[in-house]
Amino acid sequence: MSFLSLQDVSLCYEGQDRAVRALEGLSLAVGRGEPIAVIGPSGCGKSSMLLLAAGLLAPTGGTVRVDDQPLAGPRRATSLILQEHGLLPWKTTEDNAALGLRIRGADRRESRERAREALDRVGLAEFARAYPGELSGGMRQRVGLARAVALDADLLLMDEPLSALDALRREDLQDVLLDLWRRRGHAQVLVTHSIEEAVFLGRRVVVMTPSPGAVRSIVENPDAGEPGYRLDPVFHERCAELREILASEGALHAEEGVRT
Amino acid sequence: MKTPLSRPAGYLIAVLALLLGWELLALALGSPALPGPLEALPAFVALVPELTVHALLSLWRVSISMVIGAVLAVPLGLAIGRSPRADSIFAPLMFLTYPVPKVVFLPVLLVLFGLGDVSKIVLIATIVFFQILLTARDAARAVPEGAVLSVRSLGASRLDIARHVVFPAALPDIFTALRISTGTAVAVLFLAESIAGTDGLGWFIMDAWGRIGYPRMFAGILAMAISGVVLYEAIELAERLTTRWRRTAH
Repeated sequence: MSFLSLQDVSLCYEGQDRAVRALEGLSLAVGRGEPIAVIGPSGCGKSSMLLLAAGLLAPTGGTVRVDDQPLAGPRRATSLILQEHGLLPWKTTEDNAALGLRIRGADRRESRERAREALDRVGLAEFARAYPGELSGGMRQRVGLARAVALDADLLLMDEPLSALDALRREDLQDVLLDLWRRRGHAQVLVTHSIEEAVFLGRRVVVMTPSPGAVRSIVENPDAGEPGYRLDPVFHERCAELREILASEGALHAEEGVRT
Repeated sequence: MKTPLSRPAGYLIAVLALLLGWELLALALGSPALPGPLEALPAFVALVPELTVHALLSLWRVSISMVIGAVLAVPLGLAIGRSPRADSIFAPLMFLTYPVPKVVFLPVLLVLFGLGDVSKIVLIATIVFFQILLTARDAARAVPEGAVLSVRSLGASRLDIARHVVFPAALPDIFTALRISTGTAVAVLFLAESIAGTDGLGWFIMDAWGRIGYPRMFAGILAMAISGVVLYEAIELAERLTTRWRRTAH
């Protein structure tokens, strides 16, 4: 049924002097083509959960399945976008966008062509030969998106991809993300610190609690996915609902808490 | 008038300043062993055909040695830096052998490989190897984990990561180490050539010295200096061509 499923997943790793339980008893299902958002305070295991879903970490307990297959490692049609370091500074925009295809064995010309199409899609066609150092933060994140588009990913995992941007660029890029999802219909997990971003882009918003990380509650948000949703009163109701849940967790005013 | 000088203009001024300092020093010392440029430069010009042969031989020896040293050290250093297990085995070995001056093995190498090119190349390659090995290992350890992770999530093998992430990330440091080792490599070449063989600039200089041909000796020294600059600039050029991205960061 579900496209990505984490079932009763736990994750422990060896810390400085004791074992750290990053996740415990976490269950989550994402449907094919469904966009969800994950929110929670720092240290609630959101990033670990994404690395599990990407196949970069193996769970200590429980199972991770994608497309009805138990996940044994990174999967070709999954794309992971991190907040930073996603782009290699020594490769041009075009080569960065083409990297996934190159690694998967496509020849240079074909991958460049598809990368250029993807860059066009995110509005960066004229920067194909520039290096990441010449681009703004927002443009760099677009290149990361173009890499995922070029790969034709059916599962897009994002770890706070927009958190380094100022408010206006953020909304701009949220619109780009929404546009890509509406055109391509991939399943999407967006980890974020921002309540508005979670409500704008997640059909369901998963609230996680820390130590050990687990799902606290899930807010249904079926109206997400429309470009004008930010102006809808329902949008603000959902934001308020989410804010209340997070406040009851004491997450809002924690030191590294959720931005409101 | 605060714009930086162009590279050739900078070189020209530096050369003039050096010549002036040289002339002043020669006048002050008044010794035949230190002829001034007015004496040495004509000797240099007259000897250009002969010097070119020796300089090319020396340059060939030092550059092939540096290439061999780097080609062996870079993959090994990067591999050690990326593998904690390999590092735990090799790091103590590296720390023990790094400070040992390899040049003291010259007599051993001369016995093993004879007085020809092989012993000189082995010695210089060994010295460069250790310089680059440590640099490559440190550079590989400093590669941001996020970059590795994001490429690994694309399904990259270890080889892909080495090729797309670790090697290009380490390249600027490797070039710095290469440039620094140029000075050592040329110095060791001079020593090796002056002790063994009958050609190369090191031999030329010591041969002129033995015959008390001081202007000739200085022509050789000049040729050695020029060879060093050529080598340094060649590495600089290779670096600029392969790490273009570094000059774009803002």
